[in-house]
Amino acid sequence: MIPANFDYSAPETLSEALKLLAGDPNSKVLAGGQSLIPVLKFRLAQPSHLVDLDRILDLNFIAEENGTIRIGAMTSHNQVETSDLLQAKCPLLAKTAAEIGDVQVRNRGTIGGSIVHADPAADYPAALFALEAKVRLVSTGGERVVPIDEFIVDALTTAIEDGEVLAEVHVAAETNGAGSAYRTIVQPASGYAVVAAAVRLAVSDGQISLARVGVTGVASKPYRATAVEGALEGQSANADTIAAAAQHAADGVEALSDIHASGEYRVHLAAVQVRRALEDAAGG
Amino acid sequence: MATTTTVPKLKTHVGERVRRVEDPRLVTGTATYVDDITKPGMLYAAILRSPYAAAKINSVSIEKALELPGVAAVYTGEDVKSIGGVPCAGSMPTLRIPDHKILAQDRVYYVGHPVAAVVASDRYIAADGLDRIEVDYEPTEVISDPEQALENDAPRVHEEYPDNVSFTFEQAGGSVEKAFAEADVVVKERVLVPRLAPTPMETRGVVADYDDGTKELTLHSSTQIPHLLKTQLALQLGLPEHHMRVIAPEVGGGFGSKCNVWAEEALACKVAIDLKRPVKWIENRRESIQVVAHGRAHIDDVALAAKNDGTLTGLKLSILLDNGAHHQLLTPIIPTLAVLMLPGLYKFKNFSADLKGVFTNRAPSDLYRGAGRPEATYVIERIVDKMAAKLGMDPAELRLKNFPAASEFPFESATGLSYDSGDYATTFNKALDMVEYKTLRKQQSKAREDGRLMGIGISTYGEICAFGPSPALPAGGWESATVSVEATGKVTVMTGISPHGQGEETSFSQMVADALGVAMDDVVVIHGDTARVYYGIGTFGSRGISIGGSALHLALQDIVEKATHYAAHLMGVEAASVSFEDGTFSSSATDKTLAFGDIALESHLCHNLPPGTEPGLSATRFFEPSNFAFPYGAHICVVEVDKETGETKILRYVAVDDCGKVINPMLVDGQIHGGVAQGLGPAFLEGVVYDDEGQLLTGTLMDYAIPKAKHMPWIESERTETPSPVNPLGVKGVGEAGTIGSLPSMVNAVVDALSPLGVEHVDIPMTPQSIWKAIHGRSQS
Repeated sequence: MIPANFDYSAPETLSEALKLLAGDPNSKVLAGGQSLIPVLKFRLAQPSHLVDLDRILDLNFIAEENGTIRIGAMTSHNQVETSDLLQAKCPLLAKTAAEIGDVQVRNRGTIGGSIVHADPAADYPAALFALEAKVRLVSTGGERVVPIDEFIVDALTTAIEDGEVLAEVHVAAETNGAGSAYRTIVQPASGYAVVAAAVRLAVSDGQISLARVGVTGVASKPYRATAVEGALEGQSANADTIAAAAQHAADGVEALSDIHASGEYRVHLAAVQVRRALEDAAGG
Repeated sequence: MATTTTVPKLKTHVGERVRRVEDPRLVTGTATYVDDITKPGMLYAAILRSPYAAAKINSVSIEKALELPGVAAVYTGEDVKSIGGVPCAGSMPTLRIPDHKILAQDRVYYVGHPVAAVVASDRYIAADGLDRIEVDYEPTEVISDPEQALENDAPRVHEEYPDNVSFTFEQAGGSVEKAFAEADVVVKERVLVPRLAPTPMETRGVVADYDDGTKELTLHSSTQIPHLLKTQLALQLGLPEHHMRVIAPEVGGGFGSKCNVWAEEALACKVAIDLKRPVKWIENRRESIQVVAHGRAHIDDVALAAKNDGTLTGLKLSILLDNGAHHQLLTPIIPTLAVLMLPGLYKFKNFSADLKGVFTNRAPSDLYRGAGRPEATYVIERIVDKMAAKLGMDPAELRLKNFPAASEFPFESATGLSYDSGDYATTFNKALDMVEYKTLRKQQSKAREDGRLMGIGISTYGEICAFGPSPALPAGGWESATVSVEATGKVTVMTGISPHGQGEETSFSQMVADALGVAMDDVVVIHGDTARVYYGIGTFGSRGISIGGSALHLALQDIVEKATHYAAHLMGVEAASVSFEDGTFSSSATDKTLAFGDIALESHLCHNLPPGTEPGLSATRFFEPSNFAFPYGAHICVVEVDKETGETKILRYVAVDDCGKVINPMLVDGQIHGGVAQGLGPAFLEGVVYDDEGQLLTGTLMDYAIPKAKHMPWIESERTETPSPVNPLGVKGVGEAGTIGSLPSMVNAVVDALSPLGVEHVDIPMTPQSIWKAIHGRSQS
């Protein structure tokens, strides 16, 4: 990597990091580096100061408190994938992490870094939307908790403000016995999703009591396929219901077109992936 | 008397799966690649490249770059005007070679065209310097698409060539019009073979060093052809070749992309001589994808004629080559290889081929692993499958019907090549047996009844290898080898080939160990240094063992002959009575024996020199082959296509290859595996994409997909072994086989899977989207 010059700090506490960030408006947070380093390499970003969060151990944890699972921003994809707590109480997130990039990416990449980068084809958001996750943002001026669908604004754009650091991710521990699944078709060069769907599906007495469907890759912003959810909840859980509901996977969505997939193909895949993920979730 | 370790009775090394002697240094990170080389006072160069596909350069302002502390010099087109153009070895009468200076002069012709270079005390400052160069570009009309380039009112890539044609080439044999007129069945297809980025793991790189005292210029370059490069640079720069040295250190893959003479090589030499300081340039990955000559780049229109009984009678092929804006070393030559190999393994004699190169505002195209042969094989194997479908014949049966019999070799192909040896049916039948072809077809019928899309794809390929007889190559096709036995019995081999991953340090050591009865550890193979190896042609076209190994074989024979003569003298017996086995000389005329090490020492001490014998134990030999060699094989791919998503899963992959005699089966397996990966890439993943403005849309590995381990199927690999008569080792070559054989089997498998839906062809890369479109017949959106 031959980036433009920058200063580099690796503080050991979050408050120290926040001070450094507040002191330089052209500073940038370095988490796992999976998105920022390529951007620096191409000199597309030329920050004056990189604040590396890697040594802040307080940002690397997975813990449950009162039904909420908190995941520190510097938790690697591999840690999410292999966490006993998540596999037991939020398996969708662990399953999704397992599909990110490759082993090297999962070892270096962090959940906080991925969310803040807001790539429209990133894996995590599909699950985070289906989980109705929240993120905790901290700055020298205070902190706030923001729902994921408000945090991710558009492609590569979030609600984070200068001087703020995404400190942790909150998801609810599963209590209703919902099944879950993540289905992705991978763009073979980047390892990002072309289209992926994350679903949670709870069935009680043959009726679908809860359906949450997150979709990534189709549009400039990941989304919850609420039309699919609406067509499922309260209905009897069977293949026909699922197939019919999945047809609404991209309702009202403006699909992206690029060299890897046309909008038409993405819309088609969204329905297929949502249906297959729902079938997986219903079966498992 | 013996000073070497006593050589134990050795098993034979040749033919064994001996581990690579290169690997310890590679896997422990102790190998020396170009970027590992540092010199005192070394400078670093970075290159400014055009962001436009076509533009006039009104001015290049370098002052701000020169002001940057640490910048030693900035070079622009003006500074290198006197240096000769990048060489092209093509010689057809129709060839047009536009001026190709090492830095752009008054225009740029493609995205990535080098415009200026900053030389600085470190590579960060050099890169910062690039940001400070101001170029006033005036964009001009772009011609990106090769077919549009041939339209009447198309913009001109080069002002002096209004039709944008870079060269033409035609060849015909038999009576092709008659064959088509009398055919029962004719099938046609347009086959697109997109540009591929060679993407070696190590990008290009150079370190140039000039000694102002001795006037010696040393260029370290990640190249496949150090000797040819030295000669070419001498001509290009007007330098005395005897004061030049080119070293190819450890080279991390080439796939043909380093069988070239690159602008940056001459530029680094120029800078080192001007500044009298060493200079390093290491290509970054983006530059590599952008400007390292893309392979393939064909649009092929093919037609095949046959009789109702399946006898193939004639073929017509029209190739349009997307030349790019300039020629590189072999740009116009490579597609002529496709013409030569278009008959594949089939007996038909009637053909016509016309080839047209067309200038476009894209990076130059040139050779990439297989170089013309994958294109030819893809076209013939695709159209043969289409013919089988049209005739309602099994594609295996159609192929078997049209092979020459083993008794017909040497077999003269329609294009006039003499296929050296072969037994195509035996090799193909072995593959059919391995895959249990008949059972597989039954399974396929069942799968189709169940609504599943299962396909079986066959490719029976032939290739032209062991390059080659010198008259057929632009710069000679022979090879050299020196075997020097040290006084202590150790053996140094110096070869003119320049391996960069193939493993000849291992295979040559195996040969030496068997010939001289020494341990492999007692052999070192030196290559890639023009100051240590007199001359050689290099490594490409599967010539390492076939040509380089044959030269080694001759030199080893000389060593044994001289050592035997020496031993006979010392034992006091006639040379004819002496035999040499496992490193020991013995004679029917005496009980005395001598070890090879004894002769090694005696031949240096010379205390008892045989009459008429010169001191020393060293031999240099050259090998000139009588013909190319023609490996062949059969690859069978079984796939299942997901009807909904268009994703493909390879269920089985069987490869039976015949590369003649085998020195090291493990290295051959490795070549097949790597080759299959480089066929799978273009089949399913890869393809360079430019837009209409000549902008490269696949400029990074985030967008350009090369195969990864997870994409690879399990490869069931076997061999048949038909020796080649054209070299003393009987080897044919295997460097390209996997790449050539694999792609058509994969495409034929997918088309076979989709055939119940009426699909007759799918263009590569067969991405899920393109397969989905083929299934659903939807338009490009």
